[in-house]
Amino acid sequence: MHQIEPWVVLSFCSIIFFIGFTGVLIRRNILVILMSIELMLNAVNLTFVTFSKQLNHLGGQMSVFFIITVAAAESAVGLGLVIAMFRTLRSVDTDEIQILRE
Amino acid sequence: MLFWIPLFPLIGFLINGIWYAFGQAPAGRKKAGAGLPGAIATGAIFASFVVSLMIFIQLLGQDPEHRAVEQILFNWMSVGKFHVDVAFRIDALNTLFTLVITGVGTLIHLYSIGYMGHDETPGKFFAYLNLFCFAMLMLVMGSSLPVLFLGWEGVGLCSYLLIGYWYTDIEKAKAGKKAFVVNRIGDFGFLLGMFLIYSTFGTLDFESLRHLFGHAGSLPEGVSPQVITAISLFLFVGCMGKSAQIPLYVWLPDAMAGPTPVSALIHAATMVTSGIYLVSRLNFFYTGSPTAMSVVAAVGAFTAFFAATIAITQRDIKKVLAYSTVSQLGYMFLGCGVGAFSAGVFHVITHAFFKALLFLGAGSVIHGMHEEQDIWKMGGLKSKMPRTYWTFAVGTAAICGVPLLSGFFSKDEILWKAFSSPSGSPWLWFLAAITAVMTAFYMTRLFSLTFLGAPRFEVAEHAGHSHDHPGHDHGHDHGHGHGHGAKKVKGIAVHESPLLMTLPLMILAVLSIVGGYVGWPHASWIEHWLEPVVGGGHEAASGVSESLEWILMGVSVLGALIGILTSFRVYRNLSLVEAMTRNVQWLHKILENKWYIDEIYEAVFVRPIQVFSQLLWKGFDVAVIDRIVVGFGRVSQWTGETVRVIQTGSLQVYALMLLAGLIGTAGFLIYGWH
Repeated sequence: MHQIEPWVVLSFCSIIFFIGFTGVLIRRNILVILMSIELMLNAVNLTFVTFSKQLNHLGGQMSVFFIITVAAAESAVGLGLVIAMFRTLRSVDTDEIQILRE
Repeated sequence: MLFWIPLFPLIGFLINGIWYAFGQAPAGRKKAGAGLPGAIATGAIFASFVVSLMIFIQLLGQDPEHRAVEQILFNWMSVGKFHVDVAFRIDALNTLFTLVITGVGTLIHLYSIGYMGHDETPGKFFAYLNLFCFAMLMLVMGSSLPVLFLGWEGVGLCSYLLIGYWYTDIEKAKAGKKAFVVNRIGDFGFLLGMFLIYSTFGTLDFESLRHLFGHAGSLPEGVSPQVITAISLFLFVGCMGKSAQIPLYVWLPDAMAGPTPVSALIHAATMVTSGIYLVSRLNFFYTGSPTAMSVVAAVGAFTAFFAATIAITQRDIKKVLAYSTVSQLGYMFLGCGVGAFSAGVFHVITHAFFKALLFLGAGSVIHGMHEEQDIWKMGGLKSKMPRTYWTFAVGTAAICGVPLLSGFFSKDEILWKAFSSPSGSPWLWFLAAITAVMTAFYMTRLFSLTFLGAPRFEVAEHAGHSHDHPGHDHGHDHGHGHGHGAKKVKGIAVHESPLLMTLPLMILAVLSIVGGYVGWPHASWIEHWLEPVVGGGHEAASGVSESLEWILMGVSVLGALIGILTSFRVYRNLSLVEAMTRNVQWLHKILENKWYIDEIYEAVFVRPIQVFSQLLWKGFDVAVIDRIVVGFGRVSQWTGETVRVIQTGSLQVYALMLLAGLIGTAGFLIYGWH
């Protein structure tokens, strides 16, 4: 079976990570930011799996399981917060939600 | 059964105190009756007198060597080897004190019901009085130094509360404060002495300490005489404060600002004698240190003399008695200082009788004269206040040392011991004898100016019916007129005090006459009684014969008579007094101003401390410490102002900073500083 070279996978991962990161930086909609964070998390997951295979060590894959679980919980909480926020502030735009600053 | 003695006054205090705080005080400063609070307080102290008497009778039946009743109530504190119980122990020495405190205390409580009859807050007064008795009984009954110290501080507190009882008068409040502060100075010495005892002997229990010493005059093994001297002197500093000896006597004359029964109970009969109690209780320390003994004797003798010189010129009836108290306390310390502890304690008891009598008599005079305290504005009270006159006469004769009255026996015992004991000296005797003459002189002066001669005040015409008028109150600065009712009468309507006040006077007068017979020379019951606790009187130094004792006794009787007769002659003719005063004006002025001691203390201690404090306040506290503290505030304020710029509130900016931080940290970890 043909094996994909690790550097290919890792490059792919970093591209996805930085796409996610750019999304966090430049988008103003919190929902999109949350999605971008998911993207970054999955890129990291992929990296873990790659190194796990490379190093013959199960630690990486274990981390992935934890990250998936926590990420699920995190997005549930995050979405709940977004809904609550939208109900009170009528907006999900980060430029408008800066009330703590004052 | 012992714990009932202090418990009764405590219960009385609680009843009166709670009743006052929740029942009388919220109702405002309206006139509340003195009858019921007074009856509760008197009943409480009388009950503990009965218990004290029962304990005394129980002690009488015991074997002299092991005469003691002990009761351990509960463990107070226990830290490592340090172990203190709240325990009482009554032996031959302090049973006398409990009897005097509760006995004389009962009479004074009874008297107060009459004296404080028109006071606005009698509930508070009687609560304090009972609290004082509780603390005083703790002081004398405690079986170890910490329990004694508890009472020691308690009586100081009550003294402060009662001196400043009429606190709306700023002078009286100040007098209370002065008493408290001066006593604290003494307490500092007391505490140091107590610490030194614990670190040297590892125990604070009187009985254990006494066993360590064994026979009188011998020291425990491995303890240097210097340590004993230091302990004795530190404790004596505490006694100086409490018992008003030079240099800490200045608070006692000012303490006369309190109500007169308080002066009688606290500042004459009981609290001020606690120093003598402490010295006699720890007599083994003092007999172990000749240096400390000499200091005690010298301070006592000099205080006796010094206070007597001041008493000669005072105009205020209570001030004369206050200085006379200081002087008599000096006698007691002189007795202790020459090793005659039983003579000192004997004088405590007789002094409690006649000085309480004199103070209560003075209170009766003040009461009858409507708050006049200046003896130059009295005179001729003999016919107007016959019962006060006769009882006061007995008290005066007793303190002057007229033979066969109580003061004669105790004072003569001290004089004789000051001369004959190995640690005594003719000089001490001479000083004390001169003081005795002066005492006779100033007490007779007080007596004749108050009661004899013609009145030196305007006598009200209707003096006869003033007996039962309710319109006056006393002790207050309320400025009531001397007239009463609708008809204004000029002058003072002198009246004899009610029976409630004169009855204690009569009882005390009887005690002042017969109280001395327990110490009949050469057949002294009290010396024999105290011997197991304070050791027997020392054998007279060689070359002192019995005939010499008779001669010295004759000299002191003669001295007293000379003092009394001179005083009578001089003060019968007041123009003669004025002429004499003019001749020695400078001396009179010095004495009248009490040797300027208050002014000297003010200049030497109070002023420099004030200036120094001012300096520290302005120069260090405000200029340095405040600046540092304010500086901290300024710095954090400035930092906050500066740094808050980066807190934009924008999520994306934070994320970018996060990234920058991440890259920075990663770069540092990989490349280090290079």
